[in-house]
Amino acid sequence: MKFLRMKPGHGEVLLAEGDVEVRDEEQRLVEAFREQLDQGMWAAVPTTAAAGRRAAQMVKSFDEVPRDAERVIFFPRAAGGR
Amino acid sequence: MLLALGATLIVIVALLWEVAAPAVAERVRGIRARRALVTGWEDVPGYDPGRERRAEQKARSLLKSCVNEEEWAMYRDLGFIRVWGRLAEAPEPGAEPAAECGAPYAYLVYPHKPIVCFLPQTRRLLNEYCVAFPDETRPYGSARLPDSDDVLAKWMALTGDERRLIGTANMHLPGRQVDPKAVRRDLWRLSQWERARLVRERRRAGSLPAS
Repeated sequence: MKFLRMKPGHGEVLLAEGDVEVRDEEQRLVEAFREQLDQGMWAAVPTTAAAGRRAAQMVKSFDEVPRDAERVIFFPRAAGGR
Repeated sequence: MLLALGATLIVIVALLWEVAAPAVAERVRGIRARRALVTGWEDVPGYDPGRERRAEQKARSLLKSCVNEEEWAMYRDLGFIRVWGRLAEAPEPGAEPAAECGAPYAYLVYPHKPIVCFLPQTRRLLNEYCVAFPDETRPYGSARLPDSDDVLAKWMALTGDERRLIGTANMHLPGRQVDPKAVRRDLWRLSQWERARLVRERRRAGSLPAS
């Protein structure tokens, strides 16, 4: 599983990578996830439905991330614009 | 006689002003808002066009890997993505709240512009949803994501939790920042694009003769 974060001037940045089945790596992912949420990021998991329809699943905690997700994308929280 | 004419003229001007003033003020506000959207980069210290271009290329790759083939082609060819709305009807009893129950409305998602909601059947514009994803860490002095990252953030938030995104956005009537004429032209371009795409797909499938 990869954690990516959108950043101005960078495109996406790889934050962390690990296997959720390996305890230490999962713990590292949990910490990285929490850190991003503490920084005010939103997290989404890109998904593909059975009919091929693409969507995203917004997740608010690591427990909500599907175990087989390949990546979680973090992006700044939405704010009302002008 | 002259006094009466003068008084009549003053009354007419006052009435006309009363009628036209809100429209004029609204138009001036729109022009100012649109100008504010296209300026800004020059004021950012350390702005590097090469770096921004590389960031945009990475962002385009990420967007392409997340959306479906049709949405990617739409963005590549037209510069925006249409996302179908999912909150049109109440879900069936027992269905998931996010279940798709018909889609009589949709959104146009542009980079760094408000999300425009419209009715596809009539092309009537409903609202503008002004929303931004500012990264306050400002790694290079700007909080602004690359264009394609901004589109992807809107797409993920709309397909993942439409209600939350729309609840966060500031809602305005159409025309505040995005020119309604330009949006209607984009909807026309989208219909032409879809028609051409359909013809190409039918030809590929062999149900239409090649011209």
